[in-house]
This record gives sequence, C-alpha cells and structure tokens, in this order.
Amino acid sequence: MKKPKIKSIPYDEFKDNETFEKLVAELNAKGTNVIVRKLDELIDWGRSNSLWPLTFATSCCGIEFMAVCAARYDIARFGFEVTRNSPRQADVILVSGTITTKMAPVLKRLYDQMADPKYVVAIGGCSISGGPFRKSYHVVQGVDQIIPVDVYVPGCPPRPESFLYGMMQLQRKVKVENFFGTTNRKQKDPYRKSMEEKNEELYNEEEQA
Amino acid sequence: MTDIQDQTPAAGAQNQPQAAANAGKPAAPAAAAVKPAAKAQPEAPAQPAENQIEPRFVEPSALHAEMKRLRDEEKMDFLECLTGLDWQEEGLGVVYNLESTATGRRAYLKTATTDRENPLLPSVSDLWDIANIYEREVYDFYGIKFTGHPDMRRIYLREDWVGYPFRKDDDPLKENPLRMTNEPLADVTETLTLNADGTVTRGENRIFGDGDYVVNIGPQHPSTHGVLHFRVSLDGERIRKIDPVLGYIHRGIEKMNESLTYPQTLALTDRLDYLGAMQNRHALCMCIEKAMGLEVSDRVQVIRTIMDELQRIDSHILYFSCLCQDLGATTAFLYGFRDREKILDIFEETCGGRLILNYNTIGGVMADIHPNFQKRVKEFIPYMRKNLQEYHDIFTGNVIFQNRSKGVGVLTKEQCISFGCTGGTGRAAGWHNDVRKRMPYAAYDKVKFNEITRTEGDSFARYMVRMDEILESLNIIEQLIDNIPEGPFQAKTKPIIKVPAGTYYSAVEGSRGEFGVFLESKGDKSPYRLHYRATGLPLVAAMDTACRNSLIADLITIGGTLDYVVPDIDR
Repeated sequence: MKKPKIKSIPYDEFKDNETFEKLVAELNAKGTNVIVRKLDELIDWGRSNSLWPLTFATSCCGIEFMAVCAARYDIARFGFEVTRNSPRQADVILVSGTITTKMAPVLKRLYDQMADPKYVVAIGGCSISGGPFRKSYHVVQGVDQIIPVDVYVPGCPPRPESFLYGMMQLQRKVKVENFFGTTNRKQKDPYRKSMEEKNEELYNEEEQA
Repeated sequence: MTDIQDQTPAAGAQNQPQAAANAGKPAAPAAAAVKPAAKAQPEAPAQPAENQIEPRFVEPSALHAEMKRLRDEEKMDFLECLTGLDWQEEGLGVVYNLESTATGRRAYLKTATTDRENPLLPSVSDLWDIANIYEREVYDFYGIKFTGHPDMRRIYLREDWVGYPFRKDDDPLKENPLRMTNEPLADVTETLTLNADGTVTRGENRIFGDGDYVVNIGPQHPSTHGVLHFRVSLDGERIRKIDPVLGYIHRGIEKMNESLTYPQTLALTDRLDYLGAMQNRHALCMCIEKAMGLEVSDRVQVIRTIMDELQRIDSHILYFSCLCQDLGATTAFLYGFRDREKILDIFEETCGGRLILNYNTIGGVMADIHPNFQKRVKEFIPYMRKNLQEYHDIFTGNVIFQNRSKGVGVLTKEQCISFGCTGGTGRAAGWHNDVRKRMPYAAYDKVKFNEITRTEGDSFARYMVRMDEILESLNIIEQLIDNIPEGPFQAKTKPIIKVPAGTYYSAVEGSRGEFGVFLESKGDKSPYRLHYRATGLPLVAAMDTACRNSLIADLITIGGTLDYVVPDIDR
C-alpha cells in the first residue's frame, strides 16, 4: 500500500492508522490498474487540497471554526479557506454544534443539496453523540443517525488544533479514493445504500401524507 | 429523603456511630434522617435570602386589571421576566417580574389555573410588547393558552409536536420520534377572546396573506449568527413584516436542569450564550450562593469581576468582527480575531478552556488564577487600547458603513423598554439599564466606571456603545488587577448542595444585556424550576419593529448590531 502523504505530520504519527489501513485494503481488494491509479492520484491530490467547507454552524463549535479561519490558525494553509454559503458549491460539511430534532430535516436537506463527492465531519461532542445534551428531549443523538459521517472530531468545543487534525484525516481519506474504474467507494458503501433506501421511504411517507 | 444513595462515603461514615446507636434500624435511612438536622440547620439564614422573591398571588380574573394598574399608575414599564411554572396540584401558572425604569421599584406577581386539560390565563401582551413572545414560550412549554393574545403558536418546538414538555407529567420522548419530514409552518394562527360571561371565542389571525411576498431567511444563512429563521414579507425591497421562527437550537436546557443536581446545572450555562460563558455561570452561582446564604470571599468576587469584563471585551470584539464580515469587511474580521486570541490565551492559562470555560463554581472558582494572570492582563490593557483605535480607523469612519448604519433600524427608548431590550441595544436609545449600576453585584460597587449611553437608538449608536464599552471594561480591569485581595478561592460547601425552599431571582449584566436566573426550589438537591432570562430573546422579538420599512439588505446590519446569540435565545 502506498501511504498517503500529508506535509505537516508523518504517516506514523497519525492516530488510528489501523482503521485507515483497513479502509484502504478494502478499497484495493480487487487490485488496481497502474495507469488508472496514477490518474486517480492526480485527481485526489487536487481534491484533497481544495476541500471547500460549507459555512454551517449551529452553536459554540462554530465560533471555534471562525477562530480556525482567522489568522492565527489559518485554515488557508490546507486549502480549506474557501467557505461557501451555498451547499451546492461545497465539498464538505462541518457539522459544528448541536443538531436538534427541529434542525435535523434542514441538515439532511443541506446534505442532499451538496454535489458528489461530498464529505461530512462531525465536530464536537454534540454532533457525535448529543454530548452534554444527550438526555434532552429535543437533541439528535449523533448526526450519524441522519447522514453518513467521515471524520469525528471530539471536544466541547474541539481546540483549533483538533479541527486541523480532523481535516487532515479527511485529506488522507480523500487521497486514497478511487475515482476511475475499479471500485467507487461511495457506491459500494453499504451504509450509503441504506441511506438511499431510507430516503425513498421518507419520500413515500411524504407522498402518503 | 431521595439523597440516600448519593451520600458521599465521608458523610455516611460520620453518621455511622449515631446510626449504630439507633438500635435495630438499618444504617442508611438513619444517616439520612440525622444529617439535615445536624448539618443543614445552623447555616440556614434566619431572614429571607437576599435574592428571595415572594410573588403576590393574583386571581386570573383580576390579573389584567392589576397589571394595567401597575403599569399605568406605578409606572412598572419594564417586564423583566415571565416564567411559566407547573406547581402540580396548585396548577399551572406564570410568575411576572416587573420593574419601574424611573424609580427602580420592583414587583413580583403570580397567577395560576388548576385546569390542566384546557388551562386559560389572561394575556398581558397588550401592555408590554415583549409579553407576546414570552407567552408563546409558556404556551409551547406548558400548554397554557392566553386569552387576548394575538398569536398562539408554538415558538420553539415544531408545530406538529405532541404534548408540552415542561409539564411534570409529560413524557416528551414517548410521542415525539425524530421527524425527518419538513416542518409545517402555518400562515394562520389562533386567537382566543374571553367574553364577559366567561365563555371563550375562538378567532383567526392571519400572519401572512395571499398577497404577501414572503422570503425565508435562514435557518442556514451566514448572516443570521446561528440557526435563526426569519419569514420576511416584502414590498419591493422594503420589509413589511418579520416573523421569527425559533427553536432550531432549542436543547431543553431548562427542562434538563430539573433532573440535574446544582453543580451539574452549572455545566450547561456556559453553552447558553457562549460569548458570555463567564457571566452566565456567574449569575447561576450567585443565585444559588445567595439563596443558600453562602459567603464568597472578596478574592473570588474580584476575580469574577475581572473575568466577566474580559469576557465582555471578548464578546464585543467578536461582535465587531462578525458585523464587519457581514457587511463585507473581511480585513476587520481578521483584526478582531487577532486581538480576541490574546484574551483566549489569558483564559486558557487560568481556566484551561478557550470558549467553554467552566470556571465559576458554587462558592468560588474552579482554580486560583495562574501566576502569569496579572502580568498578561496588564500587558493586554494598553495593547487593546491601541488596537481599538485601529478598529475605528479601518471600519468606523468608513463611509459605506456609516451610510448603512446611521438612521437605520431605529428603536426608541420606549420601544426598548417595552420590548425589554437590555444591554447595549437599550443603552444606545438612552435607557440606563446596566445591571452593574442598577443592582450592583460582585465587586462592581467598588469600581468607578461610566454607563455608556447614547440617544439615537440606530444601528450606528448600538455599534458605538459596544466599542466604548470595551474601553470602560478595560478601565474596570485596570482598577482591580493590582488589588486582588488575598483569601481562599473556594468557600467550603457541603458535599450535597441543597437550596432552601423558595423562589429566587438574580441577574448579572451579560455581554448583551441582563442575564437573569429564576430559581424555584423545593429544598431538594435539584431545582424545581430553573429559568434563564435570555438576553437575546427580546432582541429577536424587537426585530420586526426595528426592521419595518427598512431595506432587506439592512436586515443584516440591524440583526448584526442588535447582537443576539441564537443558542441563548433557544436555550
């Protein structure tokens, strides 16, 4: 396996490399075409260094995201600085803050409006599991109940360094993606399939109602 | 006697001999029986606590006349807080906090109805503008319908929500699964009118008609400062009407508090208005301390005051940055965040957190100040004074900004009082509402500072009030930083904190207005009802008045200068 390179952190210093390697092994289970893989690498290189996030913040974590965008932490070093206000132009949605049951359909719609390939990063305890509001009657216990999550960044709110680390983990994930031929991760993902089925069910329900 | 299992081992051990002497009985119940008598009594204050309030009960039928008398004759023109309560057998009711802005006199009233199936109370929304939104909140949480209210809709929860979550006998999770369908938004709302013979007539009130051109702004919009949803009716580019839809970040904090112990409730206050984390937590700690009659040392008072003021500067800098970015000045945004990081560094050294600080505790603060604290703060004061001038150079004098803010979104003093818009918004219109002056707390009676007020009441005045308040806050910190008295940073408290039965209200001056804590205790280790007077809710309620006949583009300026934080509104 060719290890994806991130400039600031050597491969072995990343946490949880086992999960990552498992993912790569799954992707390349059927082997890869040399030429196609080279083309893939070029595309992935471009993509991973220009992930445009959607400006989406519901609470505290959003303020830390603004701090990450500002001069001291400077998210522009990684090519994430182009925050988009429209989901149609964004590549990644950073779910920063609590998602309540009233907000859940809105978040789902935002996710559906984004163009493929799209990624989700769950920022902070609230979006991972409900966090301090887990026992509340009006809080979704983790956004992974409604949309598939690529990277989880724990913290309440996470420090800017954690934001950057989480985004680098996402970059690594993007760097091993297959675009041409072989496997297309998004379609082979069993979870994704179930999400589509869920969608259909929802639409049917809506039509009935 | 519900605290048997929660007793700490130490407390249990102390009571062991007595329990053993109590022949034949099991140890645990005896220990619980002995403990309140031995420990709680000597510390209980003889006279009512400083912040205890005793609301006068008024029959629902006489309420409206009495409220009208108070407003007109006794000039109680500021409805500070309106809290819904569920007293179970004594019924569902409301507590009103009133204040006269002229004399500073305060009055507390309550009313209740025992009808749980169809509770009806008279509305006071015709007397105070803010009562409109407060009563909708009570309806949403308790299902109390207000007769004479023009707009009885839910405000935080979805319109298809079943039940009223704050009632003690309601189980909100049972009938409310996660609904992924788009939420319904009604254009027609219900009004109830109470007739002279006691019957109720149902009426209809149309919010938006067929001829209205309605634009939705939010909940996902970069300039609404969070997930706020405005339904705006337009006439060309002019705003005709705004209907705010709230609740996209309603986390039910107040309901959660009812099942948490007092120290646990503190953790959630920081997450209300995260730009006033210190002040929110200060308010709750202060309310509990005063209710218990717990003395905190002078050192703690001064540390809390300095931290509150640092937080205020932090908040006002962020206000500046976000306003600039909303209006298109990205450079100014970066300037603001550069200076904000300095404050966050100071916080981080002492509290360990950047945004959510968890610093105040009941009876003191979590940890003593860091050895570098004074040095860092003293470096920061001249630095900030110099940089504030930079803000004025780059942004305040800008012609585009001046044209977009002067005379835009005017709220007069009367409107501010009627809507209860405290903080910088009220002060920009000439209303002296600073809690630090009105009801001094912590070390604010020991320092000299000016209450910044202006008279214009427009967006520019609101902006300038905040900028000048940064200077005042620096002055306060400068007076205190070298005079932090010695003493313990944490008063001794019992392992289980219980507040004596009663109703209490304490307020602090938050970053954007009066942040109040309404606490009703039955003497347990958890509050019976804990209500926060949100600083932002009156500001959002006033949006419709402030924006009428303005251009749609000015909505951003007005919203930006009013300075609301949405998680604080929704709670």
